[in-house]
Amino acid sequence: MAITPPSERIWWRQPIAKIELVWIIIAFTWGLIMFFMMIYWHGAGEQNLSNEAYQIKPQVFAQHAQDMIDEHQVRDESGFPVVHPPAGSDVYLIARLWQWWPILELEKDQSYRLHLSSMDWQHGFSLQPVNINVQVHPGYEMVVTIKPDRAGEYGVVCNEFCGIGHHMMVGKIYVVE
Amino acid sequence: MSSLVDYRTCPTTGLRVDRSAEKLIKANAVAAVVFLAIGGLFGLLVALTRWPAVHFLPADMFYLALTAHGLDVLLVWIIFFEMAVLYFASAILLNSRLAAPKVAWTGFGLMLVGALITNVAVLQGQSSVMFTSYVPMMAEPPFYLGLILFAVGALLGCGVFFGTLVIAKRDKTYDGSIPLVTFGALTAAIIAVFTIASGAIILIPTLLWSLGLVSHIDPLIYKTVWWAMGHSSQQINVSAHVAVWYAIAAMVFGAKPLSEKVSRTAFLMYILFLQLASAHHMLVEPGFSSEWKIFNTSYAMYLAVLGSMIHGMTVPGSIEAAQRARGLTKGLFEWLRKAPWGNPAFAGMFMSLVFFGFIGGISGVVMGTEQINLIMHNTLYVPGHFHGTVVAGTTLAFMAITYILVPLIFRRELVMRKLATWQPYVFGIGVAGISVFMMGAGTLGVARRHWDMTFADALLPFDYPAAAYLMMGLNGIFAVMAALGGLMYVVIVVGSVFFGKKLAEDEKPSYPEVPPASAAVSHYGSSETLRIPGTAFLVGIFFTAFVLYYFVNWKYLSEIWPLS
Repeated sequence: MAITPPSERIWWRQPIAKIELVWIIIAFTWGLIMFFMMIYWHGAGEQNLSNEAYQIKPQVFAQHAQDMIDEHQVRDESGFPVVHPPAGSDVYLIARLWQWWPILELEKDQSYRLHLSSMDWQHGFSLQPVNINVQVHPGYEMVVTIKPDRAGEYGVVCNEFCGIGHHMMVGKIYVVE
Repeated sequence: MSSLVDYRTCPTTGLRVDRSAEKLIKANAVAAVVFLAIGGLFGLLVALTRWPAVHFLPADMFYLALTAHGLDVLLVWIIFFEMAVLYFASAILLNSRLAAPKVAWTGFGLMLVGALITNVAVLQGQSSVMFTSYVPMMAEPPFYLGLILFAVGALLGCGVFFGTLVIAKRDKTYDGSIPLVTFGALTAAIIAVFTIASGAIILIPTLLWSLGLVSHIDPLIYKTVWWAMGHSSQQINVSAHVAVWYAIAAMVFGAKPLSEKVSRTAFLMYILFLQLASAHHMLVEPGFSSEWKIFNTSYAMYLAVLGSMIHGMTVPGSIEAAQRARGLTKGLFEWLRKAPWGNPAFAGMFMSLVFFGFIGGISGVVMGTEQINLIMHNTLYVPGHFHGTVVAGTTLAFMAITYILVPLIFRRELVMRKLATWQPYVFGIGVAGISVFMMGAGTLGVARRHWDMTFADALLPFDYPAAAYLMMGLNGIFAVMAALGGLMYVVIVVGSVFFGKKLAEDEKPSYPEVPPASAAVSHYGSSETLRIPGTAFLVGIFFTAFVLYYFVNWKYLSEIWPLS
């Protein structure tokens, strides 16, 4: 029994039942398939998170974002600047207690280099309803190339707990034709 | 020394029982159940708040309750119970005295004091930082101090376990190799040492930081090392509850492992590879390479997953083989149909096995895939997954073995047996519902650790789809059911320990039925003739579900915005 010492003293020389062996081989092979699937997707898939990241001081990141806002703001919404940066450009999204700043307006089927960083605690960039989720750290700037493929209004929810106002931290991204 | 040890002889198993080990098992199990009750209550409050129609707690109390819930059940309940399992699997199963009971009591005291300090810190309201306490969000110093004391106490317990193994070997209290269950417990203890070391490396500097003695803790380093504790501690649970599965199979059916070599190698895979799992939490963080992510998140090509998949076959396989050897050979499933479904130890163990594999296991592998994590990270899918592993898996298995341990160790008959028959079903199905509906809500994007899914106070409006509200309502209903199952467990255990009929020194408990060791099935035929077709069929269903679900999620991923 499993609660008594093995009945065969030299248990490591006991043959393995065929049915166990078959399952071990199937399970091992499945593990290899899953392993190589991740590598395969880096070549064949379109959804791979960039690993481009930099250490950055919050005030420097905030300045980059402000420069973008000053140059490309098109209107104002509920106190948030709405920014329409040119296709293919670097766009900045600030995470801070408890806002995603500013509102971005992007063009469908165009690529943008999205820069994400936090001014204070950790935040979670959760783009809905597409359901893309990326962690945002203070002191680190992550750069992800995104290509919105459907026009519409998207919510940016914070999905990393960031204190008492966490549930109010909602931002917005517009994708226009 | 050994002549001074006070033993009794167990009338059921014939084993010598060191009374000091027995007292420690009792103390740790009682502490575990108390914290399960507290933590479970906080969990119910959390679920009631996330039920949109109820929305029970205000925001500050919600985050406080969520912090306390994670702490008390994920850490305190499970580690206290694991200490009881370690002492049982060493001193009791090896027929030995316990090494250094005073050290074990010191460990117990440190764990208790640590757990209380951290709980008080959380209840004071200035440390609602969640169980993970990600920097730079800061808790009060006692929050970290309590965790450190708790970890040191657990480390002492592991030391006593290792010492007991050495003493038992030296005194030749058993013949040959240690039993498989003790081997599983050893796996858990080895992983625990790694886990606690990681915890010390990150929590001690964080304590100093909260005291103002250290100026900065890097959030990425914190997270990587914290999860070397946080995720590895879940692998202690996996090792411990798999050991419990084997123990219950042996105690209820007299089942013998199909192959000691295979089962032990599967445990070894946990020791070698499970520690890489910190990467599961770093898949969408800045600054890691894809090579690092892929190697670590897959536990080096899924070798630890392989270990679990092996146990997933060998545990039910050994039960089937034992049942067939007793003559239950009709069709694929007579062995399973005629299993003792009214015995809460078996019912809980078998549901734990099925739910851990189908709900917790599959979802964990899928979510831990480098790219797929993008559509799940920090959504409710994450707690959906780990309620499948830690609650439906570990907690249910620990509850199941309690029904055997109370009569054997506490020497009391179980009370309220009718209720006990129902308990694993109420709790198990409740938790399975919690897991599935949280995963459903997560797939629809709902954030975890979030007070208000309606975003009523936000400046910019956003609405989750209506189906997400349905999921959260169902989650609430099943959480109430699970809480009821948890309450039943606490009532039965506390009732039995205090009011159950006392067993005389030589009296065997009447319930649940545990066959004497002599009833063990010693032989299943040769390795060529072993027949476990029912298990093979169940494993086939599991594998099919796994493959389909895995690729369905790649399909979901392929539909989101292109990213690079």
